[in-house]
Amino acid sequence: MAPKREIYMDHAAATPMDSRVLKAMSPYFGKISANASSLHSPGQAAYKAVVFARKSIAAVLNGHPDEIVFTSGGTGSDNLAIRGVLESAVPNLGWDGSTSKPHVITTAIEHHAVLEPLAHLQKIGAIQLTIIQPDKKGLISADEVIKAINPNTVLISVMYANNEIGTIQPIAEIGKGLLKWRKANNSVLPYFHSDACQAAGYLDLNIEKLHVDLMTLNAGKIYGPKGVGLLFVRRGVRLSPVVRGGGQERGIRSGTENVPGIVGMAKALELVQKDKEKESKRLGLLRDRLIDGLLRLPKSRLNGDADKRLPNNVNISFLDIEGEAAMLYLDAKGIACSTGSACASSSLDPSHVILALGMSYEAAHGSLRFTLGKSTTKADVDYVIGAMPAIVEMLRKISPVTLDMKSF
Amino acid sequence: MKQSTKITKTPDVKSQKGEGGFYSDVVKEHFFKPHNFMEDETGYKADGQGMVGSPACGDVMRVWIKVDPKTQKIKDCRWKTFGCASAIAATSMMSDMVIEKGGLTLAKARQIRPQDIMERLGGLPARKIHCSVLGDKALRAAINDYYRKTGQTDKIEVEHGRVIDKVLKITDHDIEEAVLEGADTLEKVQAKTKVGTGDPACIPEVEQLIRFYNEKYCEK
Ligand code: FES
Repeated sequence: MAPKREIYMDHAAATPMDSRVLKAMSPYFGKISANASSLHSPGQAAYKAVVFARKSIAAVLNGHPDEIVFTSGGTGSDNLAIRGVLESAVPNLGWDGSTSKPHVITTAIEHHAVLEPLAHLQKIGAIQLTIIQPDKKGLISADEVIKAINPNTVLISVMYANNEIGTIQPIAEIGKGLLKWRKANNSVLPYFHSDACQAAGYLDLNIEKLHVDLMTLNAGKIYGPKGVGLLFVRRGVRLSPVVRGGGQERGIRSGTENVPGIVGMAKALELVQKDKEKESKRLGLLRDRLIDGLLRLPKSRLNGDADKRLPNNVNISFLDIEGEAAMLYLDAKGIACSTGSACASSSLDPSHVILALGMSYEAAHGSLRFTLGKSTTKADVDYVIGAMPAIVEMLRKISPVTLDMKSF
Repeated sequence: MKQSTKITKTPDVKSQKGEGGFYSDVVKEHFFKPHNFMEDETGYKADGQGMVGSPACGDVMRVWIKVDPKTQKIKDCRWKTFGCASAIAATSMMSDMVIEKGGLTLAKARQIRPQDIMERLGGLPARKIHCSVLGDKALRAAINDYYRKTGQTDKIEVEHGRVIDKVLKITDHDIEEAVLEGADTLEKVQAKTKVGTGDPACIPEVEQLIRFYNEKYCEK
C-alpha cells in the first residue's frame, strides 16, 4: 500500500496548536504555576502573565483590557453573553408577566451554543424570540435584523462568519443600524452580540468598526489551546455572572484563571491576526480551486455564498449520497473533513444551517465540509479533487436514490 | 411477531467511546468493500423486491431477491442503500447471510433479526443500531413481494410493527398511535403506553420514534 497521506481539512472543528503558541504557554505549566489571584510572588508572576495577555488581546480588538472576560471557550462565552444579558435585564429570569417579555433576535444559522440556550429560555417562557432566516446563500439582511427590533428587545445575536458554510454576515452594518435605532429611541438596549470564533483567523476584529457590544472568541479555532475562549464585554454593558464563585474576571466569570490557556489564547490571536491578510489571500485561491474542482462532479452544489465567504471554507452537497459514508471513504484516503448529514450527528438531525438555506433534507444529507488551514497546500487540494470522483461514483452506485437537480 | 428459532447472544454493542473505535473491523470491511450490491438493474430479473426508509434519519434501502421455486431458497440477494457506514455494512452482511451455504429458505430468511446482523458485524455503536433494522425489513418486503407475485398470498405476513419495549411488547405502531392521539413527549407517551418502564434500555429509541412521528404528523 502506498504511504497514506494525511490531509487535515477540518480546521473549522479544531486547529492544531501553533508551536509558537505552545512555546509561549510552556512556562505556565511548570515554573510559573501559582494561582493568579494569590498575592505572593509566584502568584503575582502568573497574574502578570494574565494582565499582559489581556492587554495584548485588547490591542487586537481595539478595546480596553477590562473589556476582556476569559471563559472556557466559544460555548462558554455564548452562554455567558445570552444568559448574562437576560439575567441582568430580567433579574433571575423570573419574568412574572407584569412587564413585557424581553425580546431577543437571532438567526437560524447560529451555532448551537447560541441557539440552544435561547431555545431553552423561550421554552421556559422567559423570552420572546425572533429568528431571522438567511437568504438562499446564507446571508442575513442587516435591514431585516434592525426592522425586527422592538422596545422590548434586549439582545441581538448574529454570528460574524458561519462555521458550516463560511458565510460572512454584515456585522458592521447591523451595528451601525443598531446605533441609529438606539439613538432615535434614546435607549442603551438592545445589546449586540456576535460569535466571531470562525472569523477570528481571517477577518478584522476591530470592535469600533464592528460596533458590537459583546463578541465571542475561542482559542481552539485559531491554532491555540482548546478549552479557553473569551467574551468581549464593552464598558457599560450590564452582564450578570453565570458562573459564580471566587469573583475572578471582575466577578463576571469566576474560576481560577487558566493561565497557560490565557497566555496561549493571546499569542494565538496575535499570530493569526498578524497574518490574516496574507493567509486569507493564499487560502482564498486554494478554496476556489477546490470548489471548482469538486463542482465539476455531476449533481453537486456549493452551499453558501461564493464571495462573502471565509477563505478557508468549502461546503458542497452531492446528491444521492450520504455524507457520513463519503466522509469515511475520504478518511480511508487520508482526508479528514466533516459532513452535515443526519447520520453523522448525534441527534440524527441534518445540519440546521443547510436546511435554513431552503435546501432539501437530501441535500443536507449529502453535504461535505472541507475547511482549509495553515498546513493546506495546493498539492493537498489537488489530491482531494483527485480522490473525490471515485468515491462519489461508488456511493452513487450503491445508492437507491436518484434525485434530480430540482432537489437543491 | 415471530421470534427467531436460533438463540443469539446479546450483540456486543460497542459504545461510542469503545476502545475498538467507532466501527468494528467487520463493519469497515463490509462498508469499504460491500458484497452483493446491485451494480446494474437493467437485465436483472428479480423474483421479489422491497424498499424501506428509516424513520430516524431518512435513509433508504432496497433489496432484490431471486428464489429457487422448487426449494423456496434464496439464490441471489442484491441491494442498494442510501445511508451511513452502518447501514451499508448491515445490508451487505445481510445479503451474505441469506445466500451463504446454498441460500436460506424464505421461511428462515424472514426470521433474520437486526440482532443477528449486528452480531455478525461485531456490534454497532449505540446510536447506529437503528441503521441495522432497515436491511431485514427490506428483505421481508422483498419476500412478501415474491409471495404476491407467485400467488402464495396466504404466506404474506404483514408487519405487525417492530417490538420496541421487550417487556411490555410495545411496538413502533403503538408509539405511532400514541403520537397521533396527541402525546408528543416521552412523558405523555409513557402516560398512555407505559413504554420503557420495564425495559428502560428502549427509551432512546422511543424518543427517536416520537420525534419522527411528531415531525411526520404534527408539524407543518
Ligand atoms: S443510515 Fe443514517 S445513521 Fe445509519
